[in-house]
Amino acid sequence: MPPNDPPPPSACWKQEDGRVVLELSGDWRRDGPAPVIEGEPPDQAPDRYATDALGAFDSTLPAFLLAHLRGVANPDAADTPLDGLPPDLRGLMELALAVPEESESGRKKKPASNLRTLGKRALRIWAGFLSVAEFVGLSVLAFGRLLTGRARFRGRDFWMILQECGPQALPIVTLINFLIGLILAFVGNVQLASFGASLYVADLVGIAMVREMGVVMTAIILSGRTGAAFAAHLGSMKANEEIDALKTFGFDPFDFLVLPRILALVLMMPLLTIYANVVGILGGMLVGSAVGIPPVLYWNETLTAVDLTTASLGVFKSVFFGAAIAISGCLQGMHAGNSSAAVGQATTRAVVAAITAVIVLDSAFAAIFTVLDI
Amino acid sequence: MTDRSHNPSPQAKIAVRGLTMAYGDFVVMRDLDFEVMEKDIFVIMGGSGCGKSTLLRHLIGLREPAKGSILYEGKDFTATDPAERGAFIQRFGVMYQSGALWSSLTLAENIALPIEENTSLPPKAIQDLVSYKLSLVGLSGYEDYYPADISGGMNKRAGIARAMALDPDILFLDEPGAGLDPLSSRRLDDLILRLRDSLGSTVVIVTHELASIFAIANNSIFLDTATRTQGATGNPKQLRDHSDNPAVRTFLRRGEDESPSSNSPS
Repeated sequence: MPPNDPPPPSACWKQEDGRVVLELSGDWRRDGPAPVIEGEPPDQAPDRYATDALGAFDSTLPAFLLAHLRGVANPDAADTPLDGLPPDLRGLMELALAVPEESESGRKKKPASNLRTLGKRALRIWAGFLSVAEFVGLSVLAFGRLLTGRARFRGRDFWMILQECGPQALPIVTLINFLIGLILAFVGNVQLASFGASLYVADLVGIAMVREMGVVMTAIILSGRTGAAFAAHLGSMKANEEIDALKTFGFDPFDFLVLPRILALVLMMPLLTIYANVVGILGGMLVGSAVGIPPVLYWNETLTAVDLTTASLGVFKSVFFGAAIAISGCLQGMHAGNSSAAVGQATTRAVVAAITAVIVLDSAFAAIFTVLDI
Repeated sequence: MTDRSHNPSPQAKIAVRGLTMAYGDFVVMRDLDFEVMEKDIFVIMGGSGCGKSTLLRHLIGLREPAKGSILYEGKDFTATDPAERGAFIQRFGVMYQSGALWSSLTLAENIALPIEENTSLPPKAIQDLVSYKLSLVGLSGYEDYYPADISGGMNKRAGIARAMALDPDILFLDEPGAGLDPLSSRRLDDLILRLRDSLGSTVVIVTHELASIFAIANNSIFLDTATRTQGATGNPKQLRDHSDNPAVRTFLRRGEDESPSSNSPS
């Protein structure tokens, strides 16, 4: 050890004439060595401190003392003996002890048992289901008010939302669905070419796009794009008390904010789905012409494979997917907490819930269509 | 000092009777009992986190009382059916702590929206009303700014302009002076006083800024964190000098020793 190294911090518990004395020495620093504790810490506050050998100190020393004082039964602040501490340290300790623990926080947090945590979690899941059911019910009622002309929202808001979730989503919808059509055609062609049946790539791509891929991919894009935007927008409006402000002017926030969003997505999803289907088939056609199927032949083959019933299935599903995405986004936004962190959580939950809802609904539709033999 | 009689006086604009506020099992304040008279500037004061804003949210019907009732002009607001309550709420103007302007609308649209939805005025008349309201709070020319483009103090003033959009009977302001420099805060106080004098509305303010309290309030309630109920009601200047509750006197003197009241702002 070099000679000019600072003395290591140490705390030594001693008994003097039946009184507890805490001897502090060395430099107590965050970046210095860990303090050495000698003697058994007694179950009481020290009656006196001996600090003749105490060097410089930062917050580590008061923190150490406070942790001990809080640990022993006492802590009635005014009576805690602080004799022997240097004035600056004494001042800090008086400040720290001035307010007894938890007097102002009001609610005491008891550590919960595992069973209690499990029960709470189960109840929370159930409450989640109930809130979704309630929200869907409220949406249906709001649609009723809309049809009877009693729902109030701004037409301009509605057109803005319509534009944001429809036309502005076209580039990403185009890209994703074109590539999906392309991928389907490539994969299909590898298999079908070995039977010399390359032309049936058109059937494969057409039916897959129109029945499943077009609508599901579009729904997933809109979950991430529009569902998240709804949750973030409504969530920050809530955090900023803007929703309360609507209420105090007599607006129904549900009619004013949620209804136009559900309406916009329910209108836009079918249109985007039809568009996505066409783009996907074009992607397949590109691959087709690369492997020697002329576009006209490819188009005619697609038309024979895809009848109106098949084509309408995807569009039919898209209406429900649109409603599910909008409801997930708005529900999480309206139920968000009042902080920026809560808005982030609400957005995450909205996207997860929307994608889950889309896939679960799609499975349900697949089962129903199989039973109905469509 | 504290008036605990249970017969609403005829001219009481707002009468709160035995109000207990709670979040679930956690009681914020219990047994609040006070009255706000017509044209009062009534201050709700108390330490941080004692439930001032919660009380305001009860008064404007955003939260349901756990117990007790709130009467407006003798009518029980908390027990009314939604339609009647809606009619009450339309007579309130509320400015929220952060201003709470609708961030996707310009200042003009913020003020116009409640007017458009609640009246059948032609667009030109609404535009004139909006300009008038904005000029009352010293913001003429800012019609086309978005709330994010202007300062915090301007947001608060715009919030007051929006609160006044429908010429409310009662104006509720949640911490109008918080976060403003002393001069802006002073100007806001003047604005509130002059609006009350010229429009004749009743004003209920949540604040803990002593300078504002003494400058504008003629009536107040002190919410005591320690006892979780009201510490006192009455004129803040009299409470400071004569309240029999030491917590109230300490609060109104910033914890300083009882000095002669000659150096008080008046």
